[in-house]
Amino acid sequence: MSMAVAILVIVAASLLFHFVSPWWTTPLASNWREMDHTLTITLVITGVFFVIINLFVVYTLLRYRHRDGHRAAYAPDNRKLEYWLIAVTALGIIALLAPGLVVYADYVRAPRDALVLEILGQQWQWHYRFPGASGKLGGSDARFVSAANPFGLDPADPAGQDNILVSGNEVHLPLGKPVKVLLRSHDVLHDFYVPPFRARMNIVPGQVSTFWFTPTQAGRFEAMCAQLCGVGHPNMRGHVVVEDDAAFQAWLGAQPTFAMSMAAPRGAAPSAAPGAVVDAQARGKALAQSRGCVACHTVDGSPGVGPTWKGLYGTTRTFADGTSAPADEAYLRRSIREPQAQVVKGFAPIMPPAADLSDDELAALVAYIQSLASPAPAALTQKAQR
Amino acid sequence: MAHADDASLHEPQSFWTRYVWSQDHKVIAIQYACTAIVVGLVGVVLSNLMRLQLGFPGQFEFINAERYYQFVTMHGMIMVIYLLTALFLGGFGNYLIPLMVGARDMVFPYLNMLSYWVYLLSVLVLIASFFVPGGPTGAGWTLYPPQAILPGTPGNTWGIILMLVSLVIFIVATTMGGLNYVTTVLQARTEGMTLLRMPLTVWGIFVATILALLAFPALFVSGVMMLLDRTLGTSFFMPALVSMGQVTNYKGGSPLLFQHLFWFFGHPEVYIVALPAFGIVSDLISVHARKCIFGYRTMVWAIIAIGVLSVIVWAHHMFVAGMNPYFAFFFATTTLVIAVPTAIKVYNWLLTLWRGDIHLTVPMLFALAFVCTFVIGGLTGLFLGNVSVDIPLSGTYFVVAHFHMVMGVAPLLVVFGGIYHWFPKVTGRLLDDRLGKLHFWITFLGTYAIYFPMHYLGVLGMPRRYHNFDGYQFIPASAHSLNVFITVAALIVGAAQLLFLFNLAWSAWRGRLADANPWRAASLEWQTPTTPPRHGNWGPQLPVVYRWAYAYSVPGAPQDFIAQNAPPEAGSAEPEPYEAKGAPA
Amino acid sequence: MTSATVLSGGALERPDAAAGQAVATGLWMFMGVATVLFSLFLMAYVMRMDGAEGYPIAMPWQLWLSTGLLTAGSVMMQRASVAAQAMRWSRARTLLLAGGACALAFLGVQLWAWQVLHALHVVPAGNAAASFFYLLTALHGLHVAGGLVAWAVTARGLLRHATRSVWRMALCARYWHFLLAVWAVLFATLGWLTPEVVRLICGTG
Repeated sequence: MSMAVAILVIVAASLLFHFVSPWWTTPLASNWREMDHTLTITLVITGVFFVIINLFVVYTLLRYRHRDGHRAAYAPDNRKLEYWLIAVTALGIIALLAPGLVVYADYVRAPRDALVLEILGQQWQWHYRFPGASGKLGGSDARFVSAANPFGLDPADPAGQDNILVSGNEVHLPLGKPVKVLLRSHDVLHDFYVPPFRARMNIVPGQVSTFWFTPTQAGRFEAMCAQLCGVGHPNMRGHVVVEDDAAFQAWLGAQPTFAMSMAAPRGAAPSAAPGAVVDAQARGKALAQSRGCVACHTVDGSPGVGPTWKGLYGTTRTFADGTSAPADEAYLRRSIREPQAQVVKGFAPIMPPAADLSDDELAALVAYIQSLASPAPAALTQKAQR
Repeated sequence: MAHADDASLHEPQSFWTRYVWSQDHKVIAIQYACTAIVVGLVGVVLSNLMRLQLGFPGQFEFINAERYYQFVTMHGMIMVIYLLTALFLGGFGNYLIPLMVGARDMVFPYLNMLSYWVYLLSVLVLIASFFVPGGPTGAGWTLYPPQAILPGTPGNTWGIILMLVSLVIFIVATTMGGLNYVTTVLQARTEGMTLLRMPLTVWGIFVATILALLAFPALFVSGVMMLLDRTLGTSFFMPALVSMGQVTNYKGGSPLLFQHLFWFFGHPEVYIVALPAFGIVSDLISVHARKCIFGYRTMVWAIIAIGVLSVIVWAHHMFVAGMNPYFAFFFATTTLVIAVPTAIKVYNWLLTLWRGDIHLTVPMLFALAFVCTFVIGGLTGLFLGNVSVDIPLSGTYFVVAHFHMVMGVAPLLVVFGGIYHWFPKVTGRLLDDRLGKLHFWITFLGTYAIYFPMHYLGVLGMPRRYHNFDGYQFIPASAHSLNVFITVAALIVGAAQLLFLFNLAWSAWRGRLADANPWRAASLEWQTPTTPPRHGNWGPQLPVVYRWAYAYSVPGAPQDFIAQNAPPEAGSAEPEPYEAKGAPA
Repeated sequence: MTSATVLSGGALERPDAAAGQAVATGLWMFMGVATVLFSLFLMAYVMRMDGAEGYPIAMPWQLWLSTGLLTAGSVMMQRASVAAQAMRWSRARTLLLAGGACALAFLGVQLWAWQVLHALHVVPAGNAAASFFYLLTALHGLHVAGGLVAWAVTARGLLRHATRSVWRMALCARYWHFLLAVWAVLFATLGWLTPEVVRLICGTG
């Protein structure tokens, strides 16, 4: 009896939960409305089976529970019933599969006139690349990857010279235009997933994968990595800003091309004016966010994958090889540009070198880290995250 | 048909040969079961630690990102391989197959004994990975390259090596065991025990073992190749890549090749766990509803069909992996096709209950709970098998909820039901009924409360394998509250398993004495001359079987069951057709 | 007792024959598992050869020698089995030992081939074909070594109690033939499966 009641309650509670729960798909912001429709069809069909099957169990428990003097029937088989059940199930399966495959047929064929966007996943940040005026993306390969060239673009490939490179984790897209996304990685598997867009695909090093969608809502959407890629995986965040075409073109025009990034002089001296220091700190803070530094370095003293920046500047650092050194400006610069040169004791040697930071940006980051120093910097022993 | 008459009648004499280096399938089964349960408890503790971080993020400082991923990985691998596979095949399979087919023991008793000790070795190697520099691997139970062997993933130095070595050793053990189970079913059935008179428990374990023999080689291949990539610097799965700013020497390998190999193993693996569960549930329902299983032959064909089809659905785990997109049409179709024989099995369980004489014993409660939770798990599989529905759901908590329901909750309920059912056979005593019911209600309702709402977090887009969700705007605060609820439920369910363990230990020692066939079951394992069965199982004479295993409530029979080896005059040699029901025996 | 059981040696023989039948079934299944194993490896190899840098390595002449040895071993084992069935025990013993010796020599020559390749700087971490070569020959060698364990058990049994070993020798021969067949496929694939052949088969040429 209690089992029958329990199953009845479960069915009722599950149905109630479904209609009452605030947790369902995020508002759709792309053209893949059909995916949501197939989800609904699947939900309805499976929901019907769920209710009928469980209510059937409840009925049998009530009607056929053991009563003294009563014996079970003897019914080993019923071929006709079996065939009928197979047929109904097959129909249900077809009703689910057909719309699903129709939508998928659309998914595998990107429109010809789609805007091309390359997303490069890297442990643990995102980079983006657009073709330039020539409309072609230049070749890239792991062997060309360096701190100055995180995309690994082939410098000898003329098609790559005008490619527009976006550093930082935020990319802009024009509203209403289909986008064909080419996904690349030079290290490990990743996945660029923006739930309101619905469409996504894993990123596999050694090949290019692809998906397409058309953004239909303006706004700023959060992107996350959806394929476990190491300890920084949950902090590998990006943003996609969807805006009207004019704003998009303006933003695009402000991004450097590959040719410009390779030619950029690195000699700019940091400004010394006091107002500029505060600006630098603010800029450094923004950089720490956009370049993903905060994925591993906290600013409030809590333990993270890497040492916290709070109270770091001015302390004495002990390194894995037993030596120590003060955390002065030179140390900060070196540990950002060449993190593997001196690894702090108790931390794993997994920090990627900061990609293509100009001297200005480096100075801003250092200024920010300095601003987080304790009032009386002492030789704090940094508690490592074990 | 072979009669393995003489050799196994030699009783072992010393403590060591009787209980440690035993070649008796019953002792080996208990060894497997105890080891699997102990390692399963480690898995439960790991899951509780994970849930603590998810429910109360940042409150437990020692659960940092590295540790979290190590817990996730070890929990998954332990539960799927070292608990469920070992328990269903090595535990239930070893104990029940010879008894259910009327054999004295497995056909290769020495190999059987070896398989247990090799399994134990694999468990020890796995546990050792907790103690090596860098700790165990944190690559997720799927161990995807390139990350699994590169810096940035925990345990990429020693942990992954020990994990792969442990898996290779486990595969050797499973192959040894598997050869035993299959050969015993084919060769050692007693007189009169045709294949179509075997209980569905045997059919489920038999087909699952064949799958295991054919699927584990794929894991072996991928494991060995990854081991070489890690230790010798080969490039089976490693493309040219840059790791932490350093260009590596790898070149030309394919991470997708690993995924194809892994899932070619991985999908049959879930049926290796599910098919024995299906078989056992059929027996639990028919015994405790006093009614023959509906459509026995169809059930057998369904088990075989599911086994065969399970080999051609694997890439539904790779719809968003970046493989050739046109493959998905094929795999989505085969995946939804496999739902048909699975649904038939569910209908047949329901039709067995229909017009039955249902005793709500603890085993029956667990069997009913299996039906309820398996239906949810199977139906949500239809979401994920349909490629365009899968695209936004892959990598989210929808997947986690689905596979826990269908692999974790449902088969585990069958494990419990099976243990409550066969405990009197193994020990001669009954498990305590009230403790059993308490354990049942907490486990059933608790696991439902954990995993049903979790599906909705997945639809929302909440990603899996995230150590924390700080700062994601699209995840509402209510979702974090739900995580707290799920964590609390998980802790309660985890603690409730202690009730079960206590019941096992207490009842084995002081439980109510049971007679030889307390559930009045027809199948052969209940008809041994002594309970618990002695070495050699049957005494000097092997039984002779005259009917199928489901002669319950046969019209005209004096009792509501006829044992398989009761004399032929008792009737019901084969099931009569439905139309002829009610005709005198 | 039926005439069949009288001919086969009576009650003492029946249980042993039953055990032999069981082991025969077990061996067929094990060979099935090993076939799946090697097939999966070969599929991975074929897929890799279809890629950008697929080119097979040149087979050193030692591999022809080892192939010959394995073939000889198979022949010896088969004749040993036939001799045992005809109850010509001393002949069976000699042939059985010869068959095992050939397999042992096979392993030795395989190691020699490894040394030769290594001296030419063909190492496992080199190109894909080299990695597969070492991996596949190592695994095949492990299966041969396992067979030698069974052979040792059979040889010991034959030296003690001739009549009981008939089915064991038949199974040894069967397994030797299987190992030879696997080796033939591996050798042909590793030596002569070029990217052109792959593209011809896969139709991607």
